[in-house]
Amino acid sequence: MNYQFDWQLVLSGEYSQWLVDGVIVTLKISAVSLLFSMLLGTIVAVMRMTKFKPLEWLGLAYTEFFRNTPLLVQIYFWYFGSSQVLPDVVNKWLYARDFEFAAGVISLTVYTSAFIAEEIRSGIFSIPKNQLEASRAVGLSFVQAYRYVILPQAFRIIIPPLISQALNLIKNSSLVMVIGVMDIFYMAKQIESYSFHGFEAFTVATLIYLSISLVVSLCINLYDKHFLRQISY
Amino acid sequence: MRFDVVYENFDYFLWGAFPEGPLGGLAMTVILAAVSIFMAFWVGLAFGLMRNSKKFWLRYPAMAYIELVRGTPLLLLIFWFYFLAPVILGYSVPELQTTVVALVVFTGAYIAEIVRAGIMALPGGQMEAARGTGLSHFQAMRYVILPQSLRNMIPSFVNQFVSLTKDTSLASTIGVLELTRCAEQVSNRTLNAPMEIYVTILVMYFVICYCLTSYSRRLEKQLSRYQARDR
Repeated sequence: MNYQFDWQLVLSGEYSQWLVDGVIVTLKISAVSLLFSMLLGTIVAVMRMTKFKPLEWLGLAYTEFFRNTPLLVQIYFWYFGSSQVLPDVVNKWLYARDFEFAAGVISLTVYTSAFIAEEIRSGIFSIPKNQLEASRAVGLSFVQAYRYVILPQAFRIIIPPLISQALNLIKNSSLVMVIGVMDIFYMAKQIESYSFHGFEAFTVATLIYLSISLVVSLCINLYDKHFLRQISY
Repeated sequence: MRFDVVYENFDYFLWGAFPEGPLGGLAMTVILAAVSIFMAFWVGLAFGLMRNSKKFWLRYPAMAYIELVRGTPLLLLIFWFYFLAPVILGYSVPELQTTVVALVVFTGAYIAEIVRAGIMALPGGQMEAARGTGLSHFQAMRYVILPQSLRNMIPSFVNQFVSLTKDTSLASTIGVLELTRCAEQVSNRTLNAPMEIYVTILVMYFVICYCLTSYSRRLEKQLSRYQARDR
């Protein structure tokens, strides 16, 4: 093994700036996708809880399809395939902006929301049924009952699994580099091909992912210890 | 819609250029997934037991392995092996082997957690009773704890198999000729039907994974009857 380590190269100067830019892109794409997938996931979960059959089946088909297909192929689909279906005006508008980023956000959102919908549904299931009956009896409408009684309780229970889904999202966001979104992993690869010092760049990228995930799992443990035990029926 | 492109290349999606050239496509995806899950099972079992051990010199390395691997994206792991192997071994390893090693190391950590949780879910009395009848710790594990807990873990293993099948698509990034890579090639060659091609690939993955998921759901229902519980 005759490899000259050169940490100075990666940790200072232009390359370190690349890595910082990459971290920012990773965090940005994760945050945007997480926000959208929470919204979409809640909608799909509530769709599956309704008594209206077509909506229920639509929600079921959505979660089953996107949970059981690889994210990478979904990314390719949205990036290469979507322009064929979208009208030209939308395509022009998208290509004028950051189309890679948009395709990345769409695929991450659709993929993650299918998982989040399942978590939310199991959270709603764990709320005793008479909660809904009671709130309907008090005179709340179905939407109000969900809005004010069921969802606030359900969300408190599913915060730990939701956080670990968020963590998965951050890790999965490394896949968007295949379509050229310049995230931390893309930058590490870039440094490797410019300077042949892939080891240092990959080490830094790994440490960043690792520290994010360790901090997040620490938070989950703290939450479990201090807050979850207060919830009881 | 130009599904004729898909139709013409359908056998390429299924088994690549097989009789004339190397095996690829869906067949390669299935083989990759099956081989990796088999090896990852043993790795995961070993590390899961180590993680549960009372001896710190067994527990801490297992913890380090599990946390390290679960904290890094699979794509990064694949690239680590892809760059690391030539430097350490002095010669380049074929992409296929690199992928299998990366998938085994990655999935092994998740299976180790399943094994740990499965063993912890058994009532503590099982171990005590087994030790009480005079079995050693190893024998108690081998004959009493593992047979019961492994049966309960089967649904989780199937789920892990599903996500492994999905993860094999990442092998395409270093050039293994599996389903995703074949689709990319056809898409680059024909240029006029990317959407149709990727929809076909998505459906192919979906069929496999959905069968497995619904099978694991049925298993879960069946097996829950035989569980040992605390009373």
